Amino acid sequence: MPQTIASPGFEIRRDGERAVIALGGEWTLDHGRRLESLAEQLPVSLGEVRRAVLDISGIQRLDTLGARLIDQLSHELGSEGVSVEVTHARREHATLLEAVRARTAVVARPPRPWLIEILADIGRTVVFAGQDLVRGVSFIGEVVIAIGRALIRPQRFRWAALINQLEQIAFRGAPIIILITFLVGCIVAQQGIFQLRRFGATAFVVDLVGIITLRELALLLCAIMVAGRSGSAFTAEIGSMKMREEIDALRVMGLNPVDVLVVPRILALIIAMPILTFLASMAGLFGAGLTAWFYGGIAPETFVARLQSVINYRHFSVGLIKAPFMAIVIGAIACIEGMNVKGSAESLGQQVTASVVKAIFMVIVVDGLFAMFFASIRF
Amino acid sequence: MPDATPPLAAPDTATLPKPIIQVRDLVVGFGDKIILDGLSLDVMAGEILGFVGGSGTGKSVLTRTILGLIEKRAGHISVFGQDLDEMPDAERRKLEKRWGVMFQHGALFSSLTVAQNIQVPMREYLDLSPAMMNDLAALKIQMVGLKSDAGEKYPSELSGGMIKRAALARALALDPEIVFLDEPTSGLDPIGAAEFDILIRTLQQTLGLTVFMVTHDLDSLASACDRIAALADRKVVAVGSLSEMVASTHPWVKSYFRGERALARLKG
Repeated sequence: MPQTIASPGFEIRRDGERAVIALGGEWTLDHGRRLESLAEQLPVSLGEVRRAVLDISGIQRLDTLGARLIDQLSHELGSEGVSVEVTHARREHATLLEAVRARTAVVARPPRPWLIEILADIGRTVVFAGQDLVRGVSFIGEVVIAIGRALIRPQRFRWAALINQLEQIAFRGAPIIILITFLVGCIVAQQGIFQLRRFGATAFVVDLVGIITLRELALLLCAIMVAGRSGSAFTAEIGSMKMREEIDALRVMGLNPVDVLVVPRILALIIAMPILTFLASMAGLFGAGLTAWFYGGIAPETFVARLQSVINYRHFSVGLIKAPFMAIVIGAIACIEGMNVKGSAESLGQQVTASVVKAIFMVIVVDGLFAMFFASIRF
Repeated sequence: MPDATPPLAAPDTATLPKPIIQVRDLVVGFGDKIILDGLSLDVMAGEILGFVGGSGTGKSVLTRTILGLIEKRAGHISVFGQDLDEMPDAERRKLEKRWGVMFQHGALFSSLTVAQNIQVPMREYLDLSPAMMNDLAALKIQMVGLKSDAGEKYPSELSGGMIKRAALARALALDPEIVFLDEPTSGLDPIGAAEFDILIRTLQQTLGLTVFMVTHDLDSLASACDRIAALADRKVVAVGSLSEMVASTHPWVKSYFRGERALARLKG
């Protein structure tokens, strides 16, 4: 159906102090800003009159925008002391005008000054950070109690959930973690050989790679990957359950969400992290060995023999001792952030981001504390 | 400003019954399951059509097929006299400005306030000053019976009834000619539902809307709808006024409109 769009317009006929304004065309949203400027222009071209008659019989189509503008027009003219009358409205236009007239415009709140806004923002952030800390400590306490409950009554523990989480975290996470530590092992070995060759100390690359991989690298890479893979998944899962009131549903059934959702996940992490760290260490050493062989010309037998003489049980155990603590840090942060999700999709996204960023940050902080601790006990 | 003199008393086309949505021999299915088979339905301009059917019989599927959210297997759908299949994309986008949809659970964007939700289609399609957009959003909010401070709120802060109203306000953002309502009164208390029925009636008369309403609610059918179409056996088995529905001999329609609950409502 071809549509002829009649653009909106007006025509003024003066009769002494009385002016008849004939509105015509389509007063609809399609004409948008043009219609707005038309309505602004009208009182200007009207000039000085005492009485104005808005004849809207010529309007072919009228929607809420048009009705709103006509209403605003008559208000504006009225406030200038002109008596306004709207005439010749079609029945449906009259109903619409009536509906629009009954509604008052809302006055927007003025924004606060930017300086106060910034200061308030800083204050809020400090308070939130403090609350975060308190919440984190109390949450870990809750989890410890829940684990205690599970130990006392193991038959009530959710074994299926634990196994399922183990599969997700350890089994499905292993390939990518092994690949990444393998590659990083290769890179560290290559850099070590390249730099040490200048001193004729190529063989020391085994010490370098062995110690750094077992003590730090494998664990850190593992923790970062797990925070990115599993921590984010925990936050998203728990967060979307929170959004759809599933957590509340658990509560009213007398189930503790910490027992049902948090403990299996954190326990799975505590079990999975040492396993993954071990696999990562082996992959890193394997990558280093390959690089040493092909790039540094160190035969595998030499590499392994030197590794045995350099690495003792302490180096090996440092990484594994730290792993469960990292698991608790990642798991607790992920679950807390999940519980903090509000109703919107945007909040879910923010909380998942916060979970991963905070977990990685805390992993590195905790790793630094451990480094100081082990150094001071000469372990 | 000179302007073409308007034609003398243009005929009031809204009162002449003509189909604004025409569905012919529609077939829709998923996999080897056929949901709608040979369904035909006319929605007349300016009416409120109530669409009833048992749970899971495909009421929402028909709505979603007309809206183009589900592919059809066969049949024709024309809206405003234009066949949707033969329409180029640009035409199709223009057409989408002329209808508004209220989803069953509101489908409000959760990261935007109610006022921003209403302004989403306005920003996309219209050329309006920000002040006017705020004003129109506030107007729509009040027209659907929400308090004006509701515009500042996020969907998660609204009650079920307020979400329905906010969703309706968003559906009306562009002053559409057709409004699709998917179970508008589900989840509302009887008083809230009755108010909503009146609201739909009022808005339909004020804005000259055509309303296609999927519903379960006998009260809505009785108080708000001009005509009722009943879906059973994968097609529309009866169309007409409430009394015609009550007189229908189709087993499902009979059990729906002459069941105990229905009789109690219709008598009262």
